[in-house]
Amino acid sequence: MLSTSRAKPCAIERAEEVVSGLALPQALRAPISRYGLLLPCLLFMLGLFVWPILSLLTGGVHSPEVSQALPQTSRAVLAWNGQGLPDDAAFEALIADLRAADRRAVAEAGRRLNYEIAGYRALILKTAARAASTQGKAGLIAIDPKWSENSYWLGLRRAASPITPRYLLAALDLEVRPDGSIGAAPQESAIFLGVLGRTLWISLVVTVSCLLLAFPVAYHIASSSPRWRNLLLLLVLLPFWTSLLVRTSAWVVLLQDNGMINTALLRAGLIETPLRLIFNRTGVYISFIHVMLPLMVLPLYSVMSSISKEYLRAAFSLGASGPRAFFKVYLPLVWPGIWSGTLLTFVVCSGYYVTPLLVGGNTDQMMSYFIAFYTKQTVNWGLAAALAIVLSFAILLVTGLYALVGRRQTIVVKG
Amino acid sequence: MSGSAAPRQQLGPSPWRILTVVISVLVYAFLLLPIIVVLPLGFSSGSFLTYPMPGLSLRWYEELAHNYKWLLALKNSAIVGVCAAALSSVLGVSAALALTSLPPKARALAYGLFIAPLVVPIIILAVALFLFFSKLGLTGSLAGMVLAHTIVGAPYVMISVNAALQNFDTTLVRAAKSLGASPWGAQRRVVFPIIKPAIVAGALFAFVVSFDEVVISLFLASPEQVTLPIRLFDGIRDELTPVVISAATIMLFVSVGGMICVEALRRRSAKARGLQES
Repeated sequence: MLSTSRAKPCAIERAEEVVSGLALPQALRAPISRYGLLLPCLLFMLGLFVWPILSLLTGGVHSPEVSQALPQTSRAVLAWNGQGLPDDAAFEALIADLRAADRRAVAEAGRRLNYEIAGYRALILKTAARAASTQGKAGLIAIDPKWSENSYWLGLRRAASPITPRYLLAALDLEVRPDGSIGAAPQESAIFLGVLGRTLWISLVVTVSCLLLAFPVAYHIASSSPRWRNLLLLLVLLPFWTSLLVRTSAWVVLLQDNGMINTALLRAGLIETPLRLIFNRTGVYISFIHVMLPLMVLPLYSVMSSISKEYLRAAFSLGASGPRAFFKVYLPLVWPGIWSGTLLTFVVCSGYYVTPLLVGGNTDQMMSYFIAFYTKQTVNWGLAAALAIVLSFAILLVTGLYALVGRRQTIVVKG
Repeated sequence: MSGSAAPRQQLGPSPWRILTVVISVLVYAFLLLPIIVVLPLGFSSGSFLTYPMPGLSLRWYEELAHNYKWLLALKNSAIVGVCAAALSSVLGVSAALALTSLPPKARALAYGLFIAPLVVPIIILAVALFLFFSKLGLTGSLAGMVLAHTIVGAPYVMISVNAALQNFDTTLVRAAKSLGASPWGAQRRVVFPIIKPAIVAGALFAFVVSFDEVVISLFLASPEQVTLPIRLFDGIRDELTPVVISAATIMLFVSVGGMICVEALRRRSAKARGLQES
């Protein structure tokens, strides 16, 4: 299997195998073994990783509940011009659809319609319950006079299309107004840009703090004698290997109101009332930096340990001052480590879930909290998916910018 | 700051050197002290998580050993960890072997796909798996947890074995064949022994990843599938007791012990390949 592949690179090897008489059976076996090995993991990854993620993300714009539960009605209202009431056929279609649809599908459609107009779910369920004994437009309006209002039919029309921008807009604090224009969402629901900003800001603060703290540490390890290096590296690796929850529980024991630090400070008479060190932003920063520091130290160290001291010595012997040698010679050489360390820290940080959940304040949560909240608590999967799209896009954007900056910097270094 | 520094090999003059050392020592303390200070409290005979301890005892560890919920969590963590590590190894090894036989561009693409689970924000992967598994009825089952943990474990096996195959001397295989070995025999007797440390290291890594994994587990597990990290999570949310701290200590020893073995194996594997190359 392996050998067949390795036979490929150069003509001499191939010639050798032709001579040794192995070429023919191998040529036949190669594709089989090659794809035979690749196929299981490929299928596994496509089926259990790529597909679930894609279907989650498309869920942010794809919302087929209404068009599936009420297919005829959806077609009728989408053909309607939106003025006054739709024609009688739409009323008939709604009755027919509600009679034919199963209860679960109707409930799903009701949930979706409720996002358009509050109370729509109750209206649909009530109408569905009586659809069997109802005839025509007058019958529907007799069940509930709301069916004679233009706004409810417009709401149905907005929800009837399987592709909807409403979740994505909501994730960006925007909404579709009844007249079809896009505008700012009402203040009480316009929270997500703030959440996104907070997520990126926390990630930035953590990344910069980690860089400032990790740089001297990585330098310290890299400039130690080989015997010390392994020991010092272990000091960074041990917390890195320790389970996240073990570390989080340690911080809670230390920082909580009746925790070790507050108890010690109170006993020493340094403070009168306990300091609020956890379940707020301070706690998030402390435990985030604790989690991320090794992720920053390791790439910095691996670059620093490969930099020859001759470069700095050359800079000094040519008359460069300490800071000048540092900024002009050392920093550009360490740049790849800074680049990958900060990118890694920022990306991991912005998608983190457990740490901010356990040590953050209730009103100070990050994007991941809201994605989880709309998935499990309110079961608004469309919005959860839209928030996931926004988060992925923000991370992709940062990574893209990084790729650009990284390339430019490399050119500068080379020049 | 300038001229006098020239003969020195360090980054700058000594004040900078001192600052570097001071910051480094503070950072080492920041990284290690919380763990070192808190975990011994599991051995306290009192029920408050603070110093001075009234005395030493194993009462919390005994309570742990007799508590049905913690034992269930330990059992689930072990089952899921072992199964996920085994499945990860099968997939990771076959992926790494398959990668070597692909043309460069396809190889880069497949490599990117296989390590993608480590790059995607964990919350997005967790929600995606939760929604997908609920459709298949796989939420609230250990099988679902094993599959999910394999997604984040297999890439580590693949990376480990792939690294071991990077410097692999292919003349060995040809030598084996010229001596009459069948293709499969050459794999089994020549390739496998050389990549074995890397496979074991990758499998151990996958086990530790699964043993510590909490986000996906929180989404997929019902009370029956509770794992140690989930119990710890609940403990931190509700009330931190010495029992929770003693469980945390056990988790620490499992994952740190596992990782020390991984590191030792990695070094041994690198050494083995170093000998092969020379």
